[in-house]
Amino acid sequence: MEDAIILKYGISPDDFTRAGEASSDVKSKLKQMGVSPEAVRKVAIAMYEGEINMVIHAKGGEITVQITPDRIIMELADVGPGIPDVELAMKAGYSTAPDEIRSLGFGAGMGLPNMKKYTDEMKIDTTVGVGTTITMVVKL
Amino acid sequence: MTVRELMDDGRFRVVSPGENEDRKVDTVFCCDLLSVAMGRAPSGCAWVTVMGNMNTLAVASLTDAACVILAEGAVLDETARKKAGEQGITVLATEEPIFETALEIYKRL
Ligand SMILES: Nc1ncnc2c1ncn2[C@@H]1O[C@H](COP(=O)(O)OP(=O)(O)O)[C@@H](O)[C@H]1O
Ligand SMILES: [Mg+2]
Repeated sequence: MEDAIILKYGISPDDFTRAGEASSDVKSKLKQMGVSPEAVRKVAIAMYEGEINMVIHAKGGEITVQITPDRIIMELADVGPGIPDVELAMKAGYSTAPDEIRSLGFGAGMGLPNMKKYTDEMKIDTTVGVGTTITMVVKL
Repeated sequence: MTVRELMDDGRFRVVSPGENEDRKVDTVFCCDLLSVAMGRAPSGCAWVTVMGNMNTLAVASLTDAACVILAEGAVLDETARKKAGEQGITVLATEEPIFETALEIYKRL
Protein backbone atom coordinates (compact mmCIF):
# COMPACT_ATOMS: atom_id res chain seq x y z
CA MET A 1 0.00 0.00 0.00
CA GLU A 2 1.94 2.99 -1.22
CA ASP A 3 -0.22 5.75 0.12
CA ALA A 4 -0.43 4.39 3.66
CA ILE A 5 0.78 6.56 6.52
CA ILE A 6 2.51 4.49 9.18
CA LEU A 7 2.83 5.51 12.82
CA LYS A 8 4.82 3.50 15.37
CA TYR A 9 4.77 3.74 19.16
CA GLY A 10 6.80 1.97 21.82
CA ILE A 11 4.70 1.19 24.89
CA SER A 12 6.46 1.03 28.28
CA PRO A 13 5.29 -1.56 30.80
CA ASP A 14 3.80 -0.53 34.18
CA ASP A 15 3.84 3.18 33.37
CA PHE A 16 0.34 4.39 34.10
CA THR A 17 1.21 8.03 33.89
CA ARG A 18 2.04 7.60 30.19
CA ALA A 19 -0.50 4.96 29.27
CA GLY A 20 -2.82 6.37 26.65
CA GLU A 21 -0.32 8.76 25.10
CA ALA A 22 -0.02 6.74 21.90
CA SER A 23 -3.81 6.60 21.51
CA SER A 24 -4.11 10.33 22.19
CA ASP A 25 -1.47 11.05 19.57
CA VAL A 26 -3.21 8.92 16.96
CA LYS A 27 -6.50 10.58 17.84
CA SER A 28 -5.16 14.08 17.27
CA LYS A 29 -3.39 13.08 14.04
CA LEU A 30 -6.54 11.50 12.61
CA LYS A 31 -8.52 14.58 13.57
CA GLN A 32 -6.02 16.80 11.77
CA MET A 33 -6.27 14.58 8.69
CA GLY A 34 -10.00 15.17 8.65
CA VAL A 35 -11.06 11.59 9.44
CA SER A 36 -14.72 11.51 10.55
CA PRO A 37 -15.29 12.03 14.28
CA GLU A 38 -17.09 8.68 14.50
CA ALA A 39 -14.10 6.78 13.05
CA VAL A 40 -11.67 8.76 15.21
CA ARG A 41 -13.65 7.82 18.31
CA LYS A 42 -13.68 4.12 17.38
CA VAL A 43 -9.93 4.03 16.75
CA ALA A 44 -9.20 6.00 19.94
CA ILE A 45 -11.30 3.73 22.16
CA ALA A 46 -10.10 0.45 20.69
CA MET A 47 -6.46 1.47 20.66
CA TYR A 48 -6.55 2.84 24.21
CA GLU A 49 -7.96 -0.42 25.57
CA GLY A 50 -5.29 -2.38 23.73
CA GLU A 51 -2.59 0.01 24.88
CA ILE A 52 -3.71 -0.25 28.52
CA ASN A 53 -3.74 -4.05 28.26
CA MET A 54 -0.16 -3.98 27.02
CA VAL A 55 0.78 -1.90 30.08
CA ILE A 56 -1.20 -3.94 32.63
CA HIS A 57 -1.08 -7.49 31.35
CA ALA A 58 2.00 -7.64 29.15
CA LYS A 59 5.42 -6.08 29.36
CA GLY A 60 4.72 -3.22 27.03
CA GLY A 61 5.38 -3.65 23.35
CA GLU A 62 4.91 -1.88 20.06
CA ILE A 63 1.89 -0.41 18.32
CA THR A 64 1.86 0.18 14.57
CA VAL A 65 -0.96 2.17 13.02
CA GLN A 66 -1.48 2.18 9.26
CA ILE A 67 -3.73 4.83 7.82
CA THR A 68 -4.94 4.18 4.30
CA PRO A 69 -7.65 6.00 2.35
CA ASP A 70 -10.27 3.40 3.22
CA ARG A 71 -9.21 1.88 6.56
CA ILE A 72 -7.13 2.22 9.69
CA ILE A 73 -5.21 -0.84 10.76
CA MET A 74 -3.84 -1.08 14.31
CA GLU A 75 -1.35 -3.77 15.22
CA LEU A 76 -0.52 -4.16 18.91
CA ALA A 77 2.36 -6.54 19.51
CA ASP A 78 3.68 -7.53 22.93
CA VAL A 79 6.05 -10.13 24.31
CA GLY A 80 3.96 -10.66 27.45
CA PRO A 81 2.58 -13.88 28.92
CA GLY A 82 0.05 -14.55 26.13
CA ILE A 83 -3.65 -15.32 26.66
CA PRO A 84 -4.32 -18.97 27.59
CA ASP A 85 -8.07 -18.92 26.80
CA VAL A 86 -9.03 -16.25 24.28
CA GLU A 87 -12.73 -17.07 24.32
CA LEU A 88 -12.83 -16.60 28.10
CA ALA A 89 -10.74 -13.40 27.94
CA MET A 90 -13.23 -11.96 25.41
CA LYS A 91 -16.15 -12.40 27.85
CA ALA A 92 -17.43 -9.12 29.28
CA GLY A 93 -16.41 -8.90 32.93
CA TYR A 94 -13.57 -11.44 32.78
CA SER A 95 -10.36 -10.01 34.18
CA THR A 96 -7.18 -11.19 35.82
CA ALA A 97 -6.16 -7.65 36.81
CA PRO A 98 -4.84 -7.39 40.40
CA ASP A 99 -6.46 -5.16 43.05
CA GLU A 100 -4.02 -2.27 42.69
CA ILE A 101 -5.01 -2.02 39.03
CA ARG A 102 -8.69 -2.08 39.96
CA SER A 103 -8.16 0.78 42.36
CA LEU A 104 -7.07 2.85 39.34
CA GLY A 105 -10.41 2.18 37.69
CA PHE A 106 -9.29 -0.61 35.36
CA GLY A 107 -9.89 -4.33 35.48
CA ALA A 108 -13.59 -4.26 34.66
CA GLY A 109 -13.00 -6.90 32.03
CA MET A 110 -14.48 -4.68 29.32
CA GLY A 111 -11.32 -3.96 27.34
CA LEU A 112 -11.35 -6.78 24.81
CA PRO A 113 -15.16 -6.57 24.38
CA ASN A 114 -14.83 -2.81 23.77
CA MET A 115 -12.11 -3.42 21.20
CA LYS A 116 -14.35 -5.87 19.37
CA LYS A 117 -17.37 -3.57 19.59
CA TYR A 118 -15.60 -0.52 18.20
CA THR A 119 -13.72 -2.13 15.31
CA ASP A 120 -14.84 -3.75 12.08
CA GLU A 121 -12.32 -6.57 12.29
CA MET A 122 -10.27 -7.92 15.17
CA LYS A 123 -7.82 -10.79 15.23
CA ILE A 124 -5.91 -12.11 18.26
CA ASP A 125 -2.72 -14.09 17.71
CA THR A 126 -1.41 -15.30 21.02
CA THR A 127 0.96 -17.94 22.34
CA VAL A 128 1.39 -18.55 26.04
CA GLY A 129 4.90 -17.62 27.13
CA VAL A 130 5.65 -15.88 23.83
CA GLY A 131 3.29 -12.94 23.46
CA THR A 132 0.20 -11.50 21.88
CA THR A 133 -0.45 -9.60 18.68
CA ILE A 134 -3.84 -8.02 18.22
CA THR A 135 -4.79 -6.60 14.85
CA MET A 136 -7.80 -4.34 14.55
CA VAL A 137 -9.34 -2.64 11.52
CA VAL A 138 -11.64 0.36 11.44
CA LYS A 139 -13.13 1.01 8.00
CA LEU A 140 -13.45 4.59 6.88
CA MET B 1 -26.12 24.33 27.99
CA THR B 2 -22.43 25.03 27.35
CA VAL B 3 -19.36 24.13 29.39
CA ARG B 4 -18.98 27.82 30.22
CA GLU B 5 -22.48 27.99 31.64
CA LEU B 6 -21.66 25.03 33.87
CA MET B 7 -18.45 26.73 35.01
CA ASP B 8 -20.22 30.01 35.76
CA ASP B 9 -23.03 28.29 37.59
CA GLY B 10 -21.40 28.71 41.01
CA ARG B 11 -22.22 25.15 41.95
CA PHE B 12 -18.83 23.79 40.97
CA ARG B 13 -15.22 24.50 41.78
CA VAL B 14 -13.19 24.93 38.60
CA VAL B 15 -10.21 22.57 38.90
CA SER B 16 -9.07 23.05 35.32
CA PRO B 17 -10.79 25.56 33.02
CA GLY B 18 -9.98 23.72 29.80
CA GLU B 19 -10.10 25.09 26.29
CA ASN B 20 -13.55 24.33 25.01
CA GLU B 21 -15.82 26.62 26.98
CA ASP B 22 -18.23 27.03 24.09
CA ARG B 23 -18.72 23.31 23.76
CA LYS B 24 -22.32 22.24 24.14
CA VAL B 25 -23.07 19.70 26.88
CA ASP B 26 -25.30 17.17 25.15
CA THR B 27 -25.96 14.75 27.98
CA VAL B 28 -24.79 13.51 31.39
CA PHE B 29 -22.91 10.29 32.01
CA CYS B 30 -22.07 8.61 35.34
CA CYS B 31 -19.47 5.88 35.80
CA ASP B 32 -16.33 5.18 37.83
CA LEU B 33 -14.98 2.14 36.06
CA LEU B 34 -12.78 3.51 33.31
CA SER B 35 -13.19 0.61 30.89
CA VAL B 36 -16.94 0.84 31.16
CA ALA B 37 -16.77 4.61 30.70
CA MET B 38 -14.48 4.06 27.72
CA GLY B 39 -17.06 1.89 26.02
CA ARG B 40 -20.12 3.91 26.95
CA ALA B 41 -19.44 7.59 27.59
CA PRO B 42 -21.24 9.47 24.81
CA SER B 43 -19.33 12.14 22.96
CA GLY B 44 -20.23 15.61 24.30
CA CYS B 45 -21.23 14.37 27.76
CA ALA B 46 -20.61 15.90 31.16
CA TRP B 47 -18.98 12.88 32.84
CA VAL B 48 -19.65 12.69 36.57
CA THR B 49 -17.22 10.45 38.45
CA VAL B 50 -15.24 10.06 41.69
CA MET B 51 -12.19 8.78 39.84
CA GLY B 52 -9.63 11.58 39.56
CA ASN B 53 -6.43 10.23 38.05
CA MET B 54 -4.48 10.50 34.80
CA ASN B 55 -6.48 7.76 33.19
CA THR B 56 -9.74 9.58 33.83
CA LEU B 57 -8.41 12.37 31.64
CA ALA B 58 -7.28 9.97 28.94
CA VAL B 59 -10.75 8.43 28.83
CA ALA B 60 -12.41 11.87 28.80
CA SER B 61 -10.22 12.96 25.94
CA LEU B 62 -10.54 9.77 23.90
CA THR B 63 -14.32 9.54 24.24
CA ASP B 64 -14.60 13.25 23.46
CA ALA B 65 -16.45 14.15 26.65
CA ALA B 66 -17.38 17.83 27.01
CA CYS B 67 -16.07 17.99 30.60
CA VAL B 68 -15.32 15.94 33.69
CA ILE B 69 -17.11 16.60 36.98
CA LEU B 70 -15.59 15.14 40.12
CA ALA B 71 -18.34 14.45 42.65
CA GLU B 72 -18.35 13.49 46.35
CA GLY B 73 -15.37 15.75 47.03
CA ALA B 74 -13.10 13.60 44.85
CA VAL B 75 -9.84 15.33 43.94
CA LEU B 76 -7.64 15.32 40.89
CA ASP B 77 -4.09 14.30 41.76
CA GLU B 78 -1.28 16.70 40.87
CA THR B 79 -0.01 14.93 37.72
CA ALA B 80 -3.56 14.65 36.50
CA ARG B 81 -4.21 18.33 37.10
CA LYS B 82 -1.16 19.20 35.01
CA LYS B 83 -2.34 16.88 32.27
CA ALA B 84 -5.80 18.47 32.26
CA GLY B 85 -4.14 21.86 31.77
CA GLU B 86 -1.93 20.59 28.94
CA GLN B 87 -4.76 18.81 27.16
CA GLY B 88 -7.27 21.60 27.67
CA ILE B 89 -9.80 19.39 29.45
CA THR B 90 -12.38 21.13 31.65
CA VAL B 91 -12.54 19.58 35.13
CA LEU B 92 -15.06 20.78 37.73
CA ALA B 93 -15.58 19.53 41.27
CA THR B 94 -18.32 19.38 43.87
CA GLU B 95 -18.97 17.89 47.31
CA GLU B 96 -22.41 16.68 46.17
CA PRO B 97 -23.05 12.99 45.47
CA ILE B 98 -22.91 11.67 41.92
CA PHE B 99 -26.66 11.26 41.46
CA GLU B 100 -27.61 14.74 42.68
CA THR B 101 -24.85 16.27 40.60
CA ALA B 102 -25.94 14.49 37.45
CA LEU B 103 -29.61 15.23 38.07
CA GLU B 104 -28.99 18.96 38.45
CA ILE B 105 -27.11 19.09 35.17
CA TYR B 106 -29.69 16.96 33.43
CA LYS B 107 -32.49 19.31 34.47
CA ARG B 108 -30.74 22.20 32.83
CA LEU B 109 -29.56 20.56 29.61
N1 LIG C 1 -1.97 -8.20 25.84
C1 LIG C 1 -2.36 -9.12 26.74
N2 LIG C 1 -1.47 -10.05 27.22
C2 LIG C 1 -1.87 -10.97 28.12
N3 LIG C 1 -3.11 -11.08 28.61
C3 LIG C 1 -4.03 -10.20 28.18
C4 LIG C 1 -3.72 -9.19 27.23
N4 LIG C 1 -4.85 -8.48 26.97
C5 LIG C 1 -5.81 -9.03 27.74
N5 LIG C 1 -5.34 -10.06 28.45
C6 LIG C 1 -6.11 -10.96 29.36
O1 LIG C 1 -7.50 -10.85 29.05
C7 LIG C 1 -8.23 -10.42 30.20
C8 LIG C 1 -9.40 -9.53 29.75
O2 LIG C 1 -8.92 -8.32 29.17
P1 LIG C 1 -9.84 -7.02 29.18
O3 LIG C 1 -11.16 -7.40 28.54
O4 LIG C 1 -9.10 -5.91 28.57
O5 LIG C 1 -10.12 -6.79 30.72
P2 LIG C 1 -9.19 -6.12 31.85
O6 LIG C 1 -8.03 -5.45 31.17
O7 LIG C 1 -10.10 -5.18 32.53
O8 LIG C 1 -8.73 -7.25 32.73
C9 LIG C 1 -7.22 -9.71 31.06
O9 LIG C 1 -7.60 -9.66 32.42
C10 LIG C 1 -5.98 -10.57 30.83
O10 LIG C 1 -6.03 -11.75 31.60
MG1 LIG D 1 -8.22 -4.21 29.58
